[in-house]
Amino acid sequence: MLSVERLETAYGVSQVLFGVSFAVESGQVVTLLGRNGMGKTTTVLSVMGVVRARSGTIAFEGKPLHGLPSFRVAQAGLGLVPEGRQIFPNLTVHENLIATAANRSGAVMPWTLDRVFDLFPDLAARRHNYGNQLSGGEQQMLAIGRALMTNPKLLILDEATEGLAPMIRTDIYRCLERLKSEGLSILVIDKDVKALARIADRHYVLEKGRVVWNGSSADLTANQDVQHRYLGV
Amino acid sequence: MTFGLVFEQLLNGVQFGVMLFLMAAGLTLVFGIMNLVNLAHGSLYMVGAYLAVAATAWTGNFALGAALGLAGALLVGMVVEVVALRTLYERDHLDQVLATFGLILFFNELVAIVWGRAALYTSLPAWLQGHVELFTGSRYPVYRGLVIVVGLLVAVALWYVVTRTRIGMLVRAGASNRTMVAALGVNIRLLYTVVFGFGAALAGLAGLMAGPIYAVQPGMGELILIQVFVVIVIGGIGSIRGALVGALVVGIVDTLGRAFLKPLLGSVISPPAAEAAGPALASMLIYLLMAVVLAVRPEGLFSSRGS
Ligand SMILES: Nc1ncnc2c1ncn2[C@@H]1O[C@H](COP(=O)(O)OP(=O)(O)OP(=O)(O)O)[C@@H](O)[C@H]1O
Ligand SMILES: [Mg+2]
Repeated sequence: MLSVERLETAYGVSQVLFGVSFAVESGQVVTLLGRNGMGKTTTVLSVMGVVRARSGTIAFEGKPLHGLPSFRVAQAGLGLVPEGRQIFPNLTVHENLIATAANRSGAVMPWTLDRVFDLFPDLAARRHNYGNQLSGGEQQMLAIGRALMTNPKLLILDEATEGLAPMIRTDIYRCLERLKSEGLSILVIDKDVKALARIADRHYVLEKGRVVWNGSSADLTANQDVQHRYLGV
Repeated sequence: MTFGLVFEQLLNGVQFGVMLFLMAAGLTLVFGIMNLVNLAHGSLYMVGAYLAVAATAWTGNFALGAALGLAGALLVGMVVEVVALRTLYERDHLDQVLATFGLILFFNELVAIVWGRAALYTSLPAWLQGHVELFTGSRYPVYRGLVIVVGLLVAVALWYVVTRTRIGMLVRAGASNRTMVAALGVNIRLLYTVVFGFGAALAGLAGLMAGPIYAVQPGMGELILIQVFVVIVIGGIGSIRGALVGALVVGIVDTLGRAFLKPLLGSVISPPAAEAAGPALASMLIYLLMAVVLAVRPEGLFSSRGS
């Protein structure tokens, strides 16, 4: 459903991505792995059109996305849960969820406030609190809920468990599993290889702006060398 | 100095205040959300006034003329945003000041070429000419009363749009993180154009309502713009609530100062000295007020950006 080919991106003169290629099939959970600063966030932002790729192609459901402004990419069905959560601090939980909500693909069972609050019961109690009054975990749930409310066909999560307590991490992984079981395609960036190996179908390992390895969860679990060399596990 | 007279001047202050508010609302939103210093906001005020005068003359109907003037200001505002201002959002404030100052010169010349440099005076239709008696011994012009009502209605409508509607949420969200708003599928450029257009329409509304009270002439926008900046600094940049409170305070202080400072001083110091000091002090009052507010609360009375 998403196919990225030979993506190259630079910030000014410093090139960060050197031909990244990967694909996400419909209904799959795919990960981008790699140590700090290897280009995972840059890859996601390039796909989203937030930073402009210098070259390469991005296709979603057969339609080209590269060169489009980010709102068009999102409208095509990509829902971003960005690194650092980036919820709107001056909007309430309720407003964060509905401000950008949409059902452009005409989903028959669209995401509603009730469904989001069912997925994250903790958020329901906080619905009239402002974004900046939430804990880190609540902010993360809100960022996921906010993306879901745009009814994406592909959900992209960049470090959705970073800096969170183990119990909340577990909650979020459980939520991802539930979303997967409902048929949502997911691209996830995270550091917890063990948890990801359980949930994901396919993994891509980035090293200095290049995909150096890709394979299934079984391949990854079996391959101590890759884990050690590129992921520092 | 009767109570009736004070009350009438107080209403004049409120009337001036709501006009300042109409100007300040658009300017503070554009500054708070798009981070754009738009000196040409006064030009939109002027454009609204001229278009309304021309449209009134053309249609022979004051209300229709006002509606056309309003629509014209909205349109001119959106065109200016798309053609000239879009490229300025990412630039620093000095570039913005220079470019929008250029727009002021452009609009003043344009207006002078089309309508001449002499001031235009407009007459009100009969239904807006009379006075209403507020209480015994106090009469107030219907038109000024209408200006107050319109201004307050706009304030309520704006409060509703900003706090209760999806557009308002997106505007506030955009003020805190425009990249994220766009990444969630909202065409924020279009949103900015619309917001700017509405700010322009509010400025145009202030201008066209000012027409029958003050003179319609090239440069009329710059006279009020300075006071509008005072309002925004006092109210807090980006805050609609601050714009309303600041505008009413500035409008009332300025109007009462001009009306009563001289006679008040005259009762304390010698009449000739009061004659000299009164008007000078009166015209300084709002700047003194601004200095005090800045000293006590540098971020303005309501500092919340975008609320
Ligand atoms: N806005 C920017 N301007 C310049 N360089 C940047 C910018 N953002 C990231 N970089 C650089 O690009 C490289 C890749 O960064 P990126 O954020 O994509 O890595 P990452 O894999 O997401 O890392 P992390 O695990 O720390 O989130 C890094 O060397 C980083 O310093
Ligand atoms: Mg990152």
